[in-house]
Amino acid sequence: MSGATEIQNLKSRDPFAEADEDSGQTTQTQEYIHIRIQQRNGRKTLTTVQGIPAKFDHKKILKVIKKEFACNGTIISDTESKGMGEVIQLQGDHRIKIRDFLVDNESGLGLDDKTIKIHGF
Amino acid sequence: MSSEESTVQRRASRKSVAFTEEKLVVDADGSVTMVATPNDDTRDTAMSHTPPPADSAADGAAPAADSNPDGLDLSLMKKKKKKAKKEEDGEAAEGEAAAGGDEAIDLSMKKKKKKKATKEEDEFAKKLEALKLEGGEGAEAPVDENVQNGDMDKGTGIWQHDESRTINYDPLLSRFFALLAQKNPDHASSGTRSYKIPPPQCLREGNKKTIFANLPEICKRMKRSDEHVTAYLFAELGTSGSVAGAGQLVIKGRFQQKQIENVLRTYIIEYVTCKTCRSPNTELSKGENRLYFITCNSCGSRRSVQAIKTGFSAQVGKRRKMQQG
Repeated sequence: MSGATEIQNLKSRDPFAEADEDSGQTTQTQEYIHIRIQQRNGRKTLTTVQGIPAKFDHKKILKVIKKEFACNGTIISDTESKGMGEVIQLQGDHRIKIRDFLVDNESGLGLDDKTIKIHGF
Repeated sequence: MSSEESTVQRRASRKSVAFTEEKLVVDADGSVTMVATPNDDTRDTAMSHTPPPADSAADGAAPAADSNPDGLDLSLMKKKKKKAKKEEDGEAAEGEAAAGGDEAIDLSMKKKKKKKATKEEDEFAKKLEALKLEGGEGAEAPVDENVQNGDMDKGTGIWQHDESRTINYDPLLSRFFALLAQKNPDHASSGTRSYKIPPPQCLREGNKKTIFANLPEICKRMKRSDEHVTAYLFAELGTSGSVAGAGQLVIKGRFQQKQIENVLRTYIIEYVTCKTCRSPNTELSKGENRLYFITCNSCGSRRSVQAIKTGFSAQVGKRRKMQQG
């Protein structure tokens, strides 16, 4: 954050607003992985994982996750999710577990913890 | 059915009352903690931030005693002591435990100093003279200069007020923080500065909806618009809702107070606290091109925050409804 402000201060004109928009928006939509939770009826919940990089095979990930978390789930295609990219949807609250899975180097994807955002309560 | 609902509501309301004992505290480092505060309202006001009067009097006395020569010291101490005593008597019961501890310490300090000043004054004067004459070697020889111990509260060892050795940086630093924590019990509990907002009041409406009752109050406290907070809440909780009368927010789904607190906490970290100076005294304003900017009133920094995005939300509920709608 401090680096960004320094750059802003160095530039006399106001291109930082646009620059912020460019860099901020692209990184947020493409790099962040959002883990969300949704309430269903009763105490049932859904966990959705949005923005897993395309270099990973979502189908394989889902297969492993389903086995590991002992839950069912689906992949929601780009068209179905209305332009949000492929989303992995799991039954139940697996937010922490899936975060650990994404971060884990050995049995997971080995992603950076900072690119993952957990939403919800 | 109606009776069932009423019982549910009553239970919910009682719960929310019980939860008001807790306080949402945002630390200076951005971490948020729940602190259970005693249930008296007096502590929530400015009183809690100012140290008790006895403390302040003692505060003034201690440095004065440290800096003044012996003769002056005595008179000063007497005056201060009287004042402090009066104020102690007048002091209310609140915060007695902390104040009591301070008093005991202060009194002991005073006694020590008084004694020294009266009985041992001549001795010390002689010693001091001797020290000056001998170049400080004679008296200090038995005491190793590197070992700096002694009880700070009792004023022994290196903390004797007429101690002429230079005190190392570390003990001085620890003394400073000890005193700081002593005089400001609030600070000691959580970081340096804390940000408090009233706890959210959650009621259950029926079986599937939650009422967030004091949203306007919390928004006012955070200086954010209701719409912004509402949008964030809905995006994070993955639900929708509406605003009922009197600014109450009706959220679809069952949510407990704790869950709402968690979301508010993340909201405060993201949209209220200044990332540069951690101050919650900030303003959110719309920038040139659909961007929101946070301007800090304390340090003047300005940063952009990301817009609230709902992201993907799975279809929940009956499929037939979706197909028709």
